[in-house]
Amino acid sequence: MTFRWIGCLLALLLIVSCSGEDRARAPAVRGPGTPAYGDAIVVGTIGEPSNLLPLLASDSASHEVAGNIFNGLVRYDKNLNLEGELAESWQVSPDGLTITFHLRKGVKWHDGVEFTSRDVLYTYRVTVDPKTPTAYAEDFKQVKTAEAPDPYTFRVTYAKPFAPALASWGMGILPAHLLEGKDITKSELSRRPVGTGPYRFKEWVAGQKIVLESNHDYYEGRPYIDRYIYRIIPDNSTMYLELKAGGVDLMGLSPVQYARQTDTPEFRSRFAKYRYPASAYTYLGYNLKNPLFADRRVRQAIAHALSKDEIIHGVLLGLGQVAVGPFKPGTWAYNPTVRDPGYDPVRARQLLAEAGWRATGPDGILMKDGKPLSFTILTNQGNDQRLKTAQIIQRRLRKVGIDVKIRVLEWASLLTNFIDKRNFDALIMGWTIPQDPDLFDVWHSSKTGPKELNFVGFKNDEVDRLIEEGRRTFDQEKRRRCYWRIQEILAEEQPYTFLYVPDALPAVSARFRGIEPAPAGIMYNFIRWYVPKEEQVH
Amino acid sequence: MAAYIFKRLLAMIPLLFGITLITFVVIRLAPGEPVEAMTAMSPKITAETRERLREFYGLDKPLHEQYVSWVGRIVKLDFGRSFAPDNRPVTDKIAERIPVTLSLNIIALILEFGLAIPIGIFAATHRDTIYDKGITLFVFLGFAVPTFWLALLLMYFFGVKLGWLPISGLHSLGSENLSPLAWFADMVKHLVLPVFVATFGSLAGLSRYMRSNMLEVIRQDYITTARAKGLSERVVIYRHALRNALLPVITLLGFSLPGLIGGSVIFETIFAIPGMGQLFYQGVMARDYPLVMGILVIGAFLTLIGNLLADVCYAMADPRIRHGRG
Repeated sequence: MTFRWIGCLLALLLIVSCSGEDRARAPAVRGPGTPAYGDAIVVGTIGEPSNLLPLLASDSASHEVAGNIFNGLVRYDKNLNLEGELAESWQVSPDGLTITFHLRKGVKWHDGVEFTSRDVLYTYRVTVDPKTPTAYAEDFKQVKTAEAPDPYTFRVTYAKPFAPALASWGMGILPAHLLEGKDITKSELSRRPVGTGPYRFKEWVAGQKIVLESNHDYYEGRPYIDRYIYRIIPDNSTMYLELKAGGVDLMGLSPVQYARQTDTPEFRSRFAKYRYPASAYTYLGYNLKNPLFADRRVRQAIAHALSKDEIIHGVLLGLGQVAVGPFKPGTWAYNPTVRDPGYDPVRARQLLAEAGWRATGPDGILMKDGKPLSFTILTNQGNDQRLKTAQIIQRRLRKVGIDVKIRVLEWASLLTNFIDKRNFDALIMGWTIPQDPDLFDVWHSSKTGPKELNFVGFKNDEVDRLIEEGRRTFDQEKRRRCYWRIQEILAEEQPYTFLYVPDALPAVSARFRGIEPAPAGIMYNFIRWYVPKEEQVH
Repeated sequence: MAAYIFKRLLAMIPLLFGITLITFVVIRLAPGEPVEAMTAMSPKITAETRERLREFYGLDKPLHEQYVSWVGRIVKLDFGRSFAPDNRPVTDKIAERIPVTLSLNIIALILEFGLAIPIGIFAATHRDTIYDKGITLFVFLGFAVPTFWLALLLMYFFGVKLGWLPISGLHSLGSENLSPLAWFADMVKHLVLPVFVATFGSLAGLSRYMRSNMLEVIRQDYITTARAKGLSERVVIYRHALRNALLPVITLLGFSLPGLIGGSVIFETIFAIPGMGQLFYQGVMARDYPLVMGILVIGAFLTLIGNLLADVCYAMADPRIRHGRG
């Protein structure tokens, strides 16, 4: 009897789960409403933060939470231009060596103590201290002297002009009065931080949630939303179900979720979906030490043989755009005049023939000196988009007579056994596009050593010169000229075939108002988001 | 008995050392280092910074030195500090996760044994009937259906569509403001789906095991004798057969002990339950040596204790074994 009942229940479960519409909920009222204080936002995070002191954190989850608790001296505004945060203003000396920051007065730490230049000096010193296990010391090590002549002035002098220097002061400033003279690695502040930011730390339940409360004394004004709750939900499918059930208010959707699973009237009535280019690109990188790829024409042929539009359509369901260089489209460093090679299999075959790949084997693969034109693409495990990209590339290259094998490897193994040892033909990987366009670490020829990031081994004298020029001046127009030219060279040389810039696809509960999408995304003005009184739920 | 237990405990010491050595070697054989996981692909990292981090974690010392100093600390029950950026003591990290995993596993284990034993007995006593076949089908369904798929299906049905049960986590937001009773009820609600999925998946093995034990015992001569004496079927099964059929199951219970602190990564990830499985997985992925080795050593120790307990329970339940050793 019991089993019959359970059988019925399971059958019902299957039937209902396979049917379409969700329980009807009252559609949200979508007028602007009146700004009001109160409510909470619940955000899902895949990984649990490890350390809430920005200096010691190396994962994005930690930085995301810490970003609401701490301020830097500067930050990027909605249009991705640098503006003052804890620094009211700054001056760069005519020789480009000294930056003087004038700090905001009256800013308070969450414990009520006033923020001064002593805090900035402490943050600088602890960052460059050899005993501090941080990944962020490099930019600060360029500093020759740092001084705090008075409580509201902070001055740094560099040995050489260093354009990325300014952005490096966006690092969260730490409270000297709580940390000075103590071992920062054992500080309880890593789990109970005290900052100057719009939200103050309230509680951390390990593995479950982190709760922040609005800072009523925040220098830019009290945030409308009272609480910021991070729920740790390690699985994307679970997070999506939580979003639909109302357990989470904001999450980044996958292309499938955005295009196919949320395109219902019910979802649209309860959530607002946004779409803008993410600060990242995916590329196919070649080992330029490999004789096959030493010939530029082979790389150009591959670029012509694959259709980036097809990849974007197949992998991202069209939710992305073609990448033609290492910069984010639409930013000042991005050169809109550089043309994508474009899909042209005839030209690809021509180029391969010019490079000596004329004969064809019995299986249709091109041959040269008795060897087939064949190589292996490596990519990391756990990234479905990269694997699909590899499969589409494999199919397209087969059509022009190139045999491609695909190998998926665990991240650490890929790094240690293949990339670090330069033991690869080609890779499908991605880079985050930093706000400052300095390309030194990835494209300069001095960075081709072991464990360094120019692992494809790209060496070009003109690019080296332009990179150095670009980081030694604060004049944006001069920098722009350098980066535009670099993109032209990269498009010609094809050390990478830049594939696509995916779109960021956040969905936010419709009760939140005040969201204004901009080049910086949607989170830049979070303290101005609000929920009208009558719609508040927490 | 006491001498036997003492002897067994003594024998554990070299075994534990062997385990620490194997653990240490295996984790070091995995490609990559903790520092790699932290600094890989970061444009701001120089060789000098990497070296500084290696020094900070003591990875610059020769391997044997690292092993000796680690074992030296383990003997004093000091498992060191995690290599994650939080740099917290390993014991703290384990301590905050163990209660969740332990509670969940104990509940699931009680349910599993509580359901599988009667199911096994019922299937054995109704051998080859429609009931037996139905039960077999049902338990094997639980065994065959992938955990993540069943979990997502149930979450969608009970959480999104019906809104009866919470989808993930252990507590609702704001549950700290509830009365103790309401708070407990909230937690129970959160545990319904994970416990069901955990139990359903493991019913098959144990119930089939119980069924075959029972069938074997029922065929014994003394059961035939009991029946011949005119005892009721109930008495025959529950008084005479059950005890002997349960013996191997008791052993299994002992083997389940180390499993109690081992969580399942997939299961915990799906239900967003902060348990040991996730902790261990994250530790392995980040090459957090002290954490991984700490968990493995504790797991190994519990396995050994579990084996011992199983043997002791077995001896208690079966006088023949006791006499054999006496």
